[in-house]
Amino acid sequence: MSIFNGLAAVEEEILKCMKCGNCQAVCPLYKESRQEPAVARGKIRLAAAVLDGRLKPAETLARRFDLCLTCLACVATCPSGVKVDRIILAARTAMVREKGLPFIKKTAFTGLSRPHLFDLGIKTAARLQGVFFKRLEQEKMQPRFPLGLELRRIVPPLASVPFRDRVAETHKVERPAATVAFFTGCMTNYLYPEIGQATLRVLKAHGVNVIIPRMQHCCGAPLLYNGAADMAREMAKSHVDLFGSIRARADAIITVCGTCGEAFKHLYPELLDTTPGYGKKAREVADRIMDITRFLYRLPFNPNLFRAPELSITYHQPCHLGRGLGVVQEPLSIIRSIAGVIYQPLKEPGRCCGNAGSFSLTHYDLSYRVLAHKLRDIKSSGAQMVITGCPACRMHLNDGLTQEQMPQKAVHTIEFLAGILAER
Amino acid sequence: MSIAQAIEALRRELGDENVITAVEDLFCYSYDATADLPEQRPDVVVTPENVDQVVKVVKIARQFHLPVYPRGSGTNLSGGTVPVKGGIVLSTLKMNRILEIDPSNLTATVQPGVIIQDLNNAAVQYGLIYPPDPGTVATATMGGSVAECSGGLRGLKYGVTRHYVMGLEVVLASGEVVRYGGKTVKNVTGYDLVRLFTGSEGTLGIITEIIVRLIPAPQARETMLAGFNDLAGAGNAVAGIIGAKVIPATLEIMDRVTVETVENYARVGLPTDAAAVLLIEVDGIPEVVKSEAEAVKRVVVQNGGWIKTAENDEEREKLWSARRAALPALARRKPTTILEDATVPRSKITDMLLALEDIGRRYNLVIGTFGHAGDGNLHPTILADARDEEEMKRVRGAVEEIFRTALNLGGTLSGEHGIGIAKKKFLPWEAGKAGMQVLKKIKQALDPDNLLNPGKIVDLEEDRA
Ligand SMILES: Cc1cc2nc3c(=O)[nH]c(=O)nc-3n(C[C@H](O)[C@H](O)[C@H](O)COP(=O)(O)OP(=O)(O)OC[C@H]3O[C@@H](n4cnc5c(N)ncnc54)[C@H](O)[C@@H]3O)c2cc1C
Ligand code: SF4
Ligand code: SF4
Repeated sequence: MSIFNGLAAVEEEILKCMKCGNCQAVCPLYKESRQEPAVARGKIRLAAAVLDGRLKPAETLARRFDLCLTCLACVATCPSGVKVDRIILAARTAMVREKGLPFIKKTAFTGLSRPHLFDLGIKTAARLQGVFFKRLEQEKMQPRFPLGLELRRIVPPLASVPFRDRVAETHKVERPAATVAFFTGCMTNYLYPEIGQATLRVLKAHGVNVIIPRMQHCCGAPLLYNGAADMAREMAKSHVDLFGSIRARADAIITVCGTCGEAFKHLYPELLDTTPGYGKKAREVADRIMDITRFLYRLPFNPNLFRAPELSITYHQPCHLGRGLGVVQEPLSIIRSIAGVIYQPLKEPGRCCGNAGSFSLTHYDLSYRVLAHKLRDIKSSGAQMVITGCPACRMHLNDGLTQEQMPQKAVHTIEFLAGILAER
Repeated sequence: MSIAQAIEALRRELGDENVITAVEDLFCYSYDATADLPEQRPDVVVTPENVDQVVKVVKIARQFHLPVYPRGSGTNLSGGTVPVKGGIVLSTLKMNRILEIDPSNLTATVQPGVIIQDLNNAAVQYGLIYPPDPGTVATATMGGSVAECSGGLRGLKYGVTRHYVMGLEVVLASGEVVRYGGKTVKNVTGYDLVRLFTGSEGTLGIITEIIVRLIPAPQARETMLAGFNDLAGAGNAVAGIIGAKVIPATLEIMDRVTVETVENYARVGLPTDAAAVLLIEVDGIPEVVKSEAEAVKRVVVQNGGWIKTAENDEEREKLWSARRAALPALARRKPTTILEDATVPRSKITDMLLALEDIGRRYNLVIGTFGHAGDGNLHPTILADARDEEEMKRVRGAVEEIFRTALNLGGTLSGEHGIGIAKKKFLPWEAGKAGMQVLKKIKQALDPDNLLNPGKIVDLEEDRA
């Protein structure tokens, strides 16, 4: 049974929790609040209480399940191997099914689930954004009005032309070493087209053909992580169809965002398991999903294409990329294989930056407090630049770095690589 | 006088931010790490920020006749924090400041909500350590570990929590604040109440400040892993090491079931045909460490075992990871994990291990045993499924028999996990009738209205009725 069909699917998982409390040592939210409902153990007990009928779904209860970054730190440390994220997602889905979504989320998710409307809406917004945001510099904007965003928050401007509208659908090289399909994700498409461009350039330098299927849209992760599984099903199906059809032509389906990767790799197969005609197909697509750094690492990566960077760097490991997809060593290995790179590690590279997608919208204050730990770590690393493998982490880090007036800038690993390509 | 009025009073005195009443949140304070215990919700949770607020809570509790359940991180294994009679759970987690590290007196002064590891991280900057290290160093609070008198992996050489507590500030059930002990190494002024409150499991007073002893970090250490084909060999080696006048910092044992399970789960390279494995660490001055390690190796070989020595930090980490994997590996075999800590004199460790094997067979249960062999403190870990009532009956039968065996061997019900609710009914076996009376009189003298953690260690009600 799928976790998106009710809490019963995670009964075993709940039972496995021996209540040892070890998750307290690593939960970023518990470290801030020091209250039991914030930690995995607390939320698991709540899920248990719902399952055996002692608690009824309620908006107040849903709020407790919302209090989780799905950062997987607890999962990695749990002696019993409890998959806490599965319990949280099952509980959120169960809450939404009983109580519905809050109005704002419902509106936003409806938008995301209708690709054409969403695309049009964003393009319109890109034209109008000056009305609502003031531009601080090239890449940074601050809301003029509280648009459901904190006024102090620094966000990137929407791209005037989205990435996928800027580039061709296929990019061929002579005598290709491999062919990949590229799933760009929304943030790369609408906020950071430079991440997409960088991906193309580095892949091209390595002699890789790239296909960017036109019909792709939002992976649906924001919906799946917020319990709106029913709305996400069609989105998942269309991507499984789309990438399933080019699977045979592509050696891998590349992502540049750990969360998109998680959606394809782990959530789609779960979501579509019992959907007629989709179970097997979703698993086949999942098998081809690969983070850009893992793909390059296995290609193999050619360090001679790059020249030494001017700045010393550090690396922040995105939760879904590291603990979710298991991409831990690859980005570091490829970066460190380049001659002249000065890498100054963080003390806790895998600690969540606090963004967690929509969590930073609904809980900005808490999200920023979690970020503060990361900023301190960056500061004491002494590095001059932060590299990370996820556009959302990149945004959150830059928000904090700007607000704290720190000199470092955060960029995606692939942007960093594209920036030091020897032949331009 | 109603609960609502009490909550009103608590809000007035502590502020809304320190009073928790939402039913979902209360659910999260209805358990601790103890298996096979019913959950019970408190009526309210308070998170005082200082001793004055603790006093206020106790006074309000008195006024409204509500029990107070002190709680640190809720990782104890005896039901110590479950609010069996409802009332107030007092979380110490907001009192989490390290007040002072005093390198000239080798002491640290902390609030009760400080996590043990955080104290260690602060002490290490002075080249000092706080030795008590329960398996939960990274989560347990100083208050909780003092109240449980926690042990850990270094008990053999360095002792347990009580050997480090020098002074305490305690809020009594009357609402008065008392301080006993201090920074002096010697102190015989009056009865030794620091020791009384240490290990009192929150039943005699609420600890609000703790002065502990720190010691210089050892300069060198050597870590070894030894394997034996029979339990007796391992047991004799433990006795032999001590007999050779070596007191290792760590002398841990894992039995056959544990070794097999660990190897299956973590593939750390343990031989699965070994009847028992010992993890041994000696530490101190480099020359001494060297000669002690030699002695350990001799004893192991004399007793028919093999031994591996870690040549560097990486290898050391590998040997330790085998021991650290014990609980996780066992816990994954079945959904419910019951962790016991019956303890025997060191010389009886082989007898106890054999008895545990026998109990597992007779009750048809998987029991993996690991633990602090050097202290005679074993953790027989029973693996079961809470949904299987028949199996749980056998578990309870086996647990009783484990306790009985430990007592017959001259041991004790609990080496470090405490009595709480879980072992309350067995306490008379060890304390006897007169012994129980003394415990009750102590409780009555300090907490005549049974406000503090009622229902734990001793019951006063049954006598009154
Ligand atoms: C996986 C695991 C491994 C463990 N390993 C060990 C081990 O190796 N050695 C060992 O000894 N224990 C071990 N334990 C038990 C437990 O971790 C310790 O007893 C720990 O010290 C409890 O700390 P806590 O902060 O969680 O206390 P809690 O569980 O919150 O409380 C423990 C008791 O202290 C009382 N209390 C808490 N704070 C105060 C206060 N300020 N004033 C008065 N009373 C108070 C509570 O009422 C309760 O009775 C283990 C537990 C687990 C789950
Ligand atoms: S670490 Fe795992 S088993 Fe322990 S309380 Fe947390 S979720 Fe449960
Ligand atoms: S996933 Fe992260 S935020 Fe959520 S409970 Fe686990 S450690 Fe805490």
